Amino acid sequence: MKIAVCIKQVPTRDWQPRLNESGTWIREQDASYELNEPDAYALEESLRLKERHGGEVVVCSAGPARVAQALREALARGADRAIHIEDEGLAAADAFVVAGALAEAMKDEGFDVILTGLQSDDQGLAQTGVVLAEKLGRPHATIAMEVQLASERMLRVKRELEGGWFQWVSLPLPAVLTIQSGINQLRYATLKGIMAAKKKEIRKVSPPGSRSPRVKIVALAAPQKTKKTAMIGGSPAEAAKELVRRLRDDARVIQ
Amino acid sequence: MILVIAEQRSGVLNRASWEAVSAAQQLAGGDSIAVAVLGGSVSAMAGELAAAAVHEVVTIQSPALDVYTPDGYVQALVQAFEQVSPALVVLPHTYQTRDFAPKLAARLDRPLVTDVVGVKGSGAERAFARPMFQGKLVADVVPQGPGPHIVSIQIGAFRADAASRGAVAAPVRALPIAVDAAAIRERPEPPFQETRQAVDLSQAERIVAVGRGIKGQEHLAMAERLAAALHAELAASRPICDAGWLPMDRQVGSSGQTVAPKLYLALGISGAIQHLVGMKGSRTIAAINKDPDAPIFEVADYGIVGDLFEIVPALIEALK
Repeated sequence: MKIAVCIKQVPTRDWQPRLNESGTWIREQDASYELNEPDAYALEESLRLKERHGGEVVVCSAGPARVAQALREALARGADRAIHIEDEGLAAADAFVVAGALAEAMKDEGFDVILTGLQSDDQGLAQTGVVLAEKLGRPHATIAMEVQLASERMLRVKRELEGGWFQWVSLPLPAVLTIQSGINQLRYATLKGIMAAKKKEIRKVSPPGSRSPRVKIVALAAPQKTKKTAMIGGSPAEAAKELVRRLRDDARVIQ
Repeated sequence: MILVIAEQRSGVLNRASWEAVSAAQQLAGGDSIAVAVLGGSVSAMAGELAAAAVHEVVTIQSPALDVYTPDGYVQALVQAFEQVSPALVVLPHTYQTRDFAPKLAARLDRPLVTDVVGVKGSGAERAFARPMFQGKLVADVVPQGPGPHIVSIQIGAFRADAASRGAVAAPVRALPIAVDAAAIRERPEPPFQETRQAVDLSQAERIVAVGRGIKGQEHLAMAERLAAALHAELAASRPICDAGWLPMDRQVGSSGQTVAPKLYLALGISGAIQHLVGMKGSRTIAAINKDPDAPIFEVADYGIVGDLFEIVPALIEALK
């Protein structure tokens, strides 16, 4: 089974947002980056598929030079090789541009299944995997919580619906799946894996020459508060006492 | 013309469809609005939607649409768009929309703006506000190129009960479409619930909810003691249930339960939108988080910035 997993590198969770001068994107140089969490689960699922059914796992990313670090991490966890569509402009690109770059680089590989996270922790568009499926002319299933190979050329995928509901859906290979966080337990790179990764190939490719973004970010800002939050200061003991007083006397939600 | 695509499952309209109608009415200006509903047999739901103050309701019916599939929906909607030529298409940002809307947009090569919480300006300058970076920032996004422009509206961002009703029922018209069932590649099985919901958090008067900030399963006992002191149920954000530290039926958020208790006390929850949609209807929200910029503080009535491992024991003490 030839498996691809598409990953993205995003600012770390504890990153404090700083904007660029035009206020349309973040100051990239201030951020530190990590593997997008749902993509980490997609990577793990692709490694498990390979362990069960054989084949290879190719990790793909469309992004600036820094992305090589995330690809190397994925190789250390067990991916066999990597494709890096490298371009600084891809960091802030929309889903159509990213999926277009991925589709171009992946179309001749003949992957049986392509996995990616259901959305990214940066722009959070939740579109890239599905747009990629359409650009490659393949069926897809989103928000996958379990992946089975039902027969030689058929996947059976447990999709998460809202409010605690699920649904199994079967779809023919080749197919694209977007993976929900929590589908599996993540593995971490071993020292042996890290050493082995150094010898694995990261193939660099250029993005397609023409690029037609479908959305433009004209402003980026901290969200406006919808509520007036009473911030309570002081020592932990003082703050705790004051919160209890307010919940009891002002909000009247505790006795 | 604005086309709202309502969502239904098994003959029941998703309430978020009315939120999408409400959003469309707010941004219509002088434009007319049509509401579309898709399925095997949708006339009852079309009648329900016709109560809205809209120009018309269009039905998109085919036996092949009886059960939702992305291939079936995209086939049908491409034909519907050719017939009604919408400039803007509005959907609720549900899991189903997330499944087919990007495919539809890609098929048509038209812009899709997801998770919209507000609208600014009009005409070609009209920008849609949507959260980015886990809710730490909000972006104003302008769709590029020719229409239809497709937007999905965040659940809870527009009020369903604010949707205006018409003086008389809107006309209902069936669009002639043909869906080729043989071209549908996905074979869905009936939806099911995994575990019996042992805990009904929606009935809880008070909830203490823990997030990533709790750091380890061994610290849950502390949160349980606080919950006991408050006569509250214990709940969690998704990562805690993913890690198996608490059962899935204690999860609050878009994939878990939606709650609206008198008191919601969030411990170490940053407030990703998937969590906020499940609890922002709570009457009083208090949050404790080490990060003063955590999005949870945007919906909180009371906030304490600090170390929950110091503040929670102090709270338990203060409640004695």
